[in-house]
Formats: sequence, structure tokens, C-alpha cells
Amino acid sequence: MAETHILQDLQHQAAIASKVYVQRDYNSGTICKFQTKFPSELESRVDKQQFEETMQTLNNLYAEAEKIGGKSYLEGCLACMTAYTIFLCMETHYEKVLKKIARFIKEQNEKIYAPLGLLLTDPIERGPRVVEITIFEDRSIGFGR
Amino acid sequence: MKNCEYQQIDARALGTPASSFQPCTEMKVPRLRRKWEVFPGKNRFYCDGRIILARQSGILPLTLGLIVVTSVLFFAFDCPFLVTHLTVCIPVIGGVLFLFVVISLLQTSLTDPGILPRALPDEAADIEKQIYTSGSSMYRPPPRTKEILINQQVVKLKYCFTCKMFRPPRTSHCSLCDNCVERFDHHCPWVGNCVGKRNYRFFYSFIVSLSFHTSFIFGCVVTHLTLRSQGGNGLVQLVICFFSIWSVLGLSGFHTYLVASNLTTNEDIKGSWSSKRGAEDSGNPYTYNSIFINCCATLCGPMPPSLIDRRGFLPPDDIPPVAAADLELSSFLAKNDTNMVGMPSSGHTS
Repeated sequence: MAETHILQDLQHQAAIASKVYVQRDYNSGTICKFQTKFPSELESRVDKQQFEETMQTLNNLYAEAEKIGGKSYLEGCLACMTAYTIFLCMETHYEKVLKKIARFIKEQNEKIYAPLGLLLTDPIERGPRVVEITIFEDRSIGFGR
Repeated sequence: MKNCEYQQIDARALGTPASSFQPCTEMKVPRLRRKWEVFPGKNRFYCDGRIILARQSGILPLTLGLIVVTSVLFFAFDCPFLVTHLTVCIPVIGGVLFLFVVISLLQTSLTDPGILPRALPDEAADIEKQIYTSGSSMYRPPPRTKEILINQQVVKLKYCFTCKMFRPPRTSHCSLCDNCVERFDHHCPWVGNCVGKRNYRFFYSFIVSLSFHTSFIFGCVVTHLTLRSQGGNGLVQLVICFFSIWSVLGLSGFHTYLVASNLTTNEDIKGSWSSKRGAEDSGNPYTYNSIFINCCATLCGPMPPSLIDRRGFLPPDDIPPVAAADLELSSFLAKNDTNMVGMPSSGHTS
């Protein structure tokens, strides 16, 4: 796929110009939520609305993972009754949503951010404390100087 | 040229391990190491990173020994008598409780309590840059706290100098394990591990099931000694259970209170949310204001995975110092031989 090639080319050949870190937003408590404020370093690279949409979708996915509702209670009670041994053989709801988030990040990178010379790192690889956005130098994608 | 990118090569090798692979594969590739082998905290790993333990196992062997010895003595000496005189359910219930206690104990001890991975150099540098550019002079040490609002309540986040990051709320650094642990409750020497976000429910089920187990054995042994009027072999179990019951039941009660009010032992001891000096706003910002929801959220909430990814592979970053030098050397030689003016492929213009 052409889009995957762009992503791989970016990682192999491009030089990293800088990294931007989007921090967590703790206003609603300890749930995993990132600030949707648009970082000034990305102003020249990506559309503000696009970025905010990506962050909002990411926040919604994390909210889905951490949602306390009927399904998570059922999972918790079932796990308690089996002395939590089902965690050894069953994938939890949280892990399923994390896989969904990984696919979302990959898709966003391939479709939107890699062609602009940016790379989003899946927050789970950083704690999830931050969303790390790597800004690559323009020259490797042929824009020139 | 190549010198100014030297730092960035390091950063790239450290970042995004899942998606990075070096183009050079003709060199002899050394064995890929797993992340647990270079873990900076004071933990021990077994079964190739599947099992995690604190460096100091504390008195975990004693805890396990006491439980096993008391239960074995109970099954050996009290059960035969009680089965014949009362019911066969007694060893069955005892067995189930015993299994529950041991499994919960092992899960509490051998699970990652919610360790936060330390900040990578790039991230740490970014945080320090933000601190220095926020108006403070060059020679002042970085401020150690950051205030945020959680549910309209001011909460101070502290900077952890070991992990090089501002600790998320409710996170604390355990000096025994040398890790920042999310929703840190306490470091339990009986269990030989920290109790935090990921293993609090195991810890709670351990102490509750242990309360039931000790009470059950105590009751059975008393019944046995009472029914068999002329003495019996039950003294050891009786003494152990008698002394354990007070402490374990007390601890279970205390933790039930903590669960119902969505507090941690750490917060309760420090009095973080107790109303002091008549301040009306200092209530617990994390509570759902309902005992039922607090209990469900703490004990039956979603189970987050381990963040330290112990069994993940490290990127082969021990190759670059040799490979990079060789590649540079060969390209340098090629340049000199063919007398090329332009650079090979990287597109530098000087």
C-alpha cells in the first residue's frame, strides 16, 4: 500500500526535526484524557481542526476503555468469582479498546500525518503520559527548501 | 552534517520500539533483549519477564508459610474429626477458601502494581524546557509542583526526580521498589510488593478471603476442641488464628472503608482530603459520592494492562555505534575514490 510505504520511508530516511508532547488533561480526574489544545509548533504543518478531531477521537476511545458500566462490572464480578484467574486466558475490554486505539493511530498516521511529515506515537508506549508527535524535516518527502 | 544528528540517533533508537527496524541486516545481529532486562527499577523478573517481584520480598515467605502450615494442620487434625461428627462440607469450604487465599496472595505479589515507565530523555528534556521558559531564572532549581484542577478542586502534582516526570494524580514513588506507582496505596511487606492500581483488587480479595479463612479455621478448631472434651491437637492453629484474626479483620475493615470512600491508604494517612482549617472545598475529588459506585469502580472497574511491557523487545540500539561508524567510513572512502562533490543520498547542502 502506498500509504504504508510513505510511513516506512519517513522512519528510515527522514531526520527528526523536533518532537512535540501533548500532555494529559486531569480536569476530570484520573481518567486518560489528553489536552486538545493545538500546539503552536504544528501550525505550519497540519490543520488545527483536523488535529483537534484526532485528539477528541482518541479521548473518546480512552473513555470507552475506562467506562464504568454494566459490561465492566460483569467482567469484574466474573473475574472476582474465579479468583481473577480468567485474566490469564481472557483479553479484557480495556485491552481490546487499546488495540482499537493502536489501529486508529496507525490509520491516522498513514492517511493524514505521514504525508505531512509528522508521526504520532501511540500514547500507551509513553505511559500513557503524553502523545508524542515527531516532526520530520521536509526535505525527505521532496518538498525541498 | 553527521555530528549534529548524533543526539537524535540516540533518541530515535529509544523511541517507538514497536515500529522501528534498522535497514542494516548484513551484520551479525546480537540476541534481541527484552525490556525487563534493562528495567531501571528495583524489581526481579522470572520466567523471561512474565513474573515480576519487588527486589525485597519482605516477609512473603512467612505469610505463605503461616497460611499453608495453619491450613495443613487444620486439614490433618481437625477435619477428620469434624467430618465424622458434623459434615463433609467443612473441608470442602476450607479447601475453597484456602485456594482463594493463596491465589489472591500470589496474584498480589506477582502482578505489576501499576508501575509507570520512566520518561525518555526527549520527554524529560521537553518538560525541563517548559519549566525554564515559564519565566524562572536560569539558576533556580526547577519547581517541584504543578497545580491542576480536578473536579473544581486544586491538586498539586509533584515532579519526580528519579522518573523525570510530573507524577499523575494519586501516583506516588515507592522508595523500596524505586518506581512511580499509579494509585499508590502502600508497600506491603507481607505481600512483598507495592499495592497500586492494578493489584488493589487482588489485595482486597486476599485480605477479605483471609479474614473468612482464619475465622473459619478458628471456629472449626474451637468446635473441635469443645466437642472432644478431653483435649485435641488444635492448639497451634488456634493460637495462630487468634492472633491473626484481630489484625486481618481490622485491616479488612479499614480497606472496606477506603474502598467505599474511594481513598488510598497513602491519602488517608497523609490526610490529603480531610477538612482542615475549615476549608469547605477540601473533599475527595475522586469520589463518586455513592458507596456502591465507589466500590464498583475500585473493585470491578476496568483492568488496565501493564504499562512497562516487560516482554517487549528492545530495538537493536547496540548495533548503531559499530554499524554507523562502518557505514560512514565506507561512504567516506567511496566519496574520496570517485571524487564526488555531492553527498551520496542524504541530500545535505552546505
